Parts: sequence; C-alpha cells; structure tokens
Amino acid sequence: MDYLIMVIYAVTVMGVLLGGVTFAILAERKVIGAIQLRPGPNRHGPWGLFQTIADVMKLLMKEDVIPAKADKPIFVLAPVLAFAPAFSVMAVLVYSSSIGGADINIGVIYFLGVSSITMLGVLMGGWSSNNKYALLGSIRGVAQMVSYELPLILSIIGIIILVGSLNITDIVNYQAEMGMWFIVPQFLAFVVYMISSIAELNRSPFDLPEAESELVAGFFTEYSGFRFAFFMLAEYTYAIAIAALATTLFLGGWLGPAFLPGIVWFLLKVCAVMFIWFWLTATLPRARVDQLMNFGWKVLIPLALLNIVVTAVIKVWMG
Amino acid sequence: MSELKTETMTLNMGPQHPSTHGVFRLQLKVDGETIKEAIPVMGYLHRGSEKLAERFLYSQFIPYTDRLDYLNAMTNNYVYCAAIEDLLEWEVPERAEYLRVITMELNRIASHLVWWGTYLLDIGAMSPFLYAFRDRETILDRLNEISGARMTFNYHRIGGVKWDSPDGWIEKVQETVKELYENIQEFNVLVTGNEVFRARTIGVGRLSKEQVINWGLSGPIARGSGIAIDVRKTEPYSIYDRFDFEIPTEQEGDVFARYKVRIAEMFQSLRIIEQACEQIPEGDIITKKGKRLMMIKPPAGEVYRRAEASKGEIGVYAISNGKNKPYRIKLRRPSFVNVSILQHLLVGESIQNLVAIFGSLDVVLGEVDA
Repeated sequence: MDYLIMVIYAVTVMGVLLGGVTFAILAERKVIGAIQLRPGPNRHGPWGLFQTIADVMKLLMKEDVIPAKADKPIFVLAPVLAFAPAFSVMAVLVYSSSIGGADINIGVIYFLGVSSITMLGVLMGGWSSNNKYALLGSIRGVAQMVSYELPLILSIIGIIILVGSLNITDIVNYQAEMGMWFIVPQFLAFVVYMISSIAELNRSPFDLPEAESELVAGFFTEYSGFRFAFFMLAEYTYAIAIAALATTLFLGGWLGPAFLPGIVWFLLKVCAVMFIWFWLTATLPRARVDQLMNFGWKVLIPLALLNIVVTAVIKVWMG
Repeated sequence: MSELKTETMTLNMGPQHPSTHGVFRLQLKVDGETIKEAIPVMGYLHRGSEKLAERFLYSQFIPYTDRLDYLNAMTNNYVYCAAIEDLLEWEVPERAEYLRVITMELNRIASHLVWWGTYLLDIGAMSPFLYAFRDRETILDRLNEISGARMTFNYHRIGGVKWDSPDGWIEKVQETVKELYENIQEFNVLVTGNEVFRARTIGVGRLSKEQVINWGLSGPIARGSGIAIDVRKTEPYSIYDRFDFEIPTEQEGDVFARYKVRIAEMFQSLRIIEQACEQIPEGDIITKKGKRLMMIKPPAGEVYRRAEASKGEIGVYAISNGKNKPYRIKLRRPSFVNVSILQHLLVGESIQNLVAIFGSLDVVLGEVDA
C-alpha cells in the first residue's frame, strides 16, 4: 500500500511538473515579450496557451539526429542525466503542511547533493557531441556551476545554524514560530542565493554556457528533437526546483494568510521567484567569463562567509 | 608533476554564425578560449559590383550602390551620383540637395540603430534589439513614403532626386525627429549606464590613434580614438556647410568609446534634419538634363568623390572615356577598410571579447565583399 501511494505521488508530481514546465516556458516568453514591446506567442489557443504544447509535439516528431562522430552512449545518456537529478530533488520538497515528499532529516543536504549531478549532463553532452562550440560551452558550464555551487550552499548555512536542523519541514515551522520569513534576518544570504542560483541555472546574465551570439547554442548545439526537449525540460525543472527551495528557505514555504490554502501560497511564491529571473533575462547583457569567476569567488563567497560568521555570533550571543 | 600536454584548437567561426552579421568567416586558433591567431576570410558575398558598373549606363548603376552597405543605402546613392555630377559639372537644384541631406541623415540614424540593437544582441541583451527596431521602423516608413522602398531606395539621381516629397512629409519627419530624441535618450538611460554592459565594453578592443591612421580607419572608429575626422565637416559636400552640428569624439579608443560616439552621432543627425526641415525651399528636384537618363554622357576625365557614410568614409573614383558607360568605377568601402584591423585586434582576446570587438567595428558584409 505504501508503495502504491509512493508511485501515485511520484506520478502526480511528475505530471504537475510537466505542466508547470510547459507554462513556465510560456510565461517566460510572455513576460519577456511584454518587456520587449511585443505580444509574445499568441497563435495557439487563447492567449497562446498551447504554444509550448505545439512546440513539444514538433520536437517529439522530429528525426533523432546523432552526429556521426559523436560518442553515442554518452551522447544519449547526457540529457537523461541532466533531467534525472533535477526531478529527483523534488522528492524532498514539502508543498504545504499536509502535502509533501519524503520527510527526511537531511532534506537540504540531499537537495544540494543530488542537484549538483546536473553538471555531469552538461559536461557529457558537450564533450560527446564532438563539436567545438559544444565543448567550449560545456567547459564554461562546468566551471561556472562548480564555482557558483559554493556560494549557493554557503548562503544556506546561515539558516541551518539558526534552525539547527536540515529538515525542510522544521525550517518552515521555525519560520512560523519566529513570526517572520528568513528573507528578513537572512537578507544577505537571500541575495547571494538568488545571484548564484542564476549562474547555477545558466540563466541570463550568466548564460555563458549557451551564449548564442558566441557559441551558437553552447553545450547542446548538436542536440535536436526530443533530446533537445529533454535538455530544456531539465533546465526548467531545475529552475522550478531551485525556486521551490528558495521559497521554502527564505520565503516561508506554504506560510501565508489563511484565506488561501498553503499550497497556493507556495506556488505563488515560486512564480514570484521565477518572474525575477525572467525579468533579468530580458534586461541584462551577458557577463564575461573572467568577470563571472571573479564575481563568484571574490564577492559572493566572502559575502556568504560573512553572513555565516554574523549569524553564528548572533546565535551564540542570543543563546 | 609532469606538464599537461595541451594543444591549440582551430575553430572556424562562420560563415554561418550568429555573430558574424552575414557571411564572414574567421579562422581562429584558440587555446581554451584565448585567441592565438585570427585569419579573416571574406568574399562569400562578392558580386563584382565594380566590374558590373562598366557594363551599365551611368544611371543604371545606382541600384547596385544600394546593395553595398544595405543599411545605409542613401549615402551610397549620393556619393555615386555626386561623383558623376562632378564629371558632368552639373549643378543640383536646392530642394534636391535638402531632400538628399534629410534622407541621408535619416538613413544614418537607421543604420546606427541597427548597429545599436545588434551590438547589444552580441553582448547578450535581447531587448534593446526590439527597441531599436521599433524606431528604425518609423524611419523606414518615412523613407518608404518618399522613395517607395524600405532599404534599397534607389532614390538619388544624377542631377537630383527621383521623387519630390509627398504632401505633409516634412511635417511627418519633424514629428519623427521629436520622437527619436526621446527614444534615443531612453536607450541611453537603459543601456549606457548598465553595470554589466560597461564591464563588458570599457577597456576592450583598444585602438590607438597611430593604429587608426596607419590602417586608414574612418568613421565612428576613428572618432572613438580621438581623431576628429568627418568628411561632412573637414571637406563639406552637398550643403552640409549650412548646418550647425558637431563631430562627437572620444579619446579612449575602446569599444565603449565607439558606442558613445555612435549614440552622440544620432543626436547630431537629428539636429541636422531639424535644421534642414526648416530651411528646405520649394523648387525643382532634378535638373532638366538629369531626366534624360540615356543621354548622360560625361566628358572624358576622372574624379574622386567622398562622403561620410555611417560606417566611415565612402569614396567613388570614376573614370569616363566620353561614352555613355563608365570606363572604371572604384569604390572605397569603409567596412572593407575597417575590418582589416580585426586580425590584429583579436590576438590574445577571448571569444567573448571577439564578439564585442567585431560588433563594435560595425561591418556590413555587403560592403566588405562588394
């Protein structure tokens, strides 16, 4: 019986997630369109609602092209390896006080550990394509994701010190007891988290691995059809996961005035976080590799460390 | 620990690449992302324009000049027509000169707007492109109303212009100018101060004064390196000596300086259009003889005529042997000259800087390859 519930839960999350990704892509195009003085997709269905579905159908029906000189098994495995961890991290997320996945006591560690496997997909995809642009893209991608994983993790440690637990439910409950969300006492950490998550997700202004004006399409230059769709799916799933983590840690998860159920608050907050990313995509130019690295190592990591020290001192001082 | 064995990689950038703005190819030897050697390969768009000119009547070559720098076709039209007028020693009616100046300056702004949009696209910002094209569209509408075409105008004629302005066109242009003042100022606010943009452009792709002079670079690139050279001022042609405008220059010589020069130039062009719209007289738009296209037969001789296009100094060297077809037409294409510095600028830069530097030269491949 337990197993059945598990399977049903996983399938439901998967279904909701696929729908979420579909409309996240549409929302991104609509938001960017509005900022760029144009309507965005508006041909398929009312308000262009079926645009992404049409795109996915097109991609699924395309010929599956594998370059002749590509390293075939790795080429095939890469998109899967990019997607699997992005989806697996959903297992520990808690969406409301009653709806949630595995309530394990190292939820945050599990999330961060599993999500860093995504990087392998990027590296393998770029390496196996036997394409120079893809190689350069994956080199950039891995360097960037490794460098920005550190400030991302360090920015969370402040919260863990305050709560004294790695369990996601505990973290949200602590915020409920405290009467305020962690974005207030941990504002510096929130800023560091948001910036490094942009780099972690390869989004503009840190979209160097797929910089189309330099590297054509970066590490997935050679991918087409459903493998390409898989990479896109992985990217947006990961984006939703990171936004969900930000919601849980900094924005109080499902907490909110009682006139709406907890899960609605949770989803609204996820949407708000993602809107910030879309906004930045439409606004900022792309940074340069050396500037990106300097910023990560010389600004973000010291800031995150400073935050940890200050938080620890306050925690000890307050008892 | 033993040394790692490394080797350089040859990367063919183009002819099909999003940032080469056409069919331009760069053979790069890269070490990681650092460029060790860059060899530009051009000629994919070569159409033999100069040779074609020898087979046509004088007036028949005008449409071909449209296709050199297709973003700034008016100036190309002008410089060719003016060269032939010099050979013929014709006077051009006042109104025609004013119409020429207004169309040329409108076209210069349109050309700079395309540069501004695509350059930021190269740098990685998507939105400015669409903002720039919104304003370019209004300019193209105005040019369409007067010439009947959006890019390849074929509007200037030897001895004047083809069409008079439609009713109310001058007023429409004045309105457009007012709009553009605000919108270009908005571009300044949105982009010029942006931290990421400044980090990408300041100090990148530095060109010294000596380099500019030695390589014969012209236009905004020369002015960005502190050389105040602009044919409109240094050797006024048409009726440019009647207008009050400045030559914007910057001293730094980097990519950002070239950017600032181009933005400032758009404002100067707007000033010129404003003045021209107020001063424009009534009258003929083409000389009597100019209407008889088949009969244009300059006396034997040769002439060199130059003008300031949006990319730099464009020149036409024409030789006539007294027949109704030119004996030889030589075109000095600013993009072709400007792109020659590229292989020296790129050594030691990263691929990201390559895009920023190449974009800042503002090259149009139709003009590089002719």
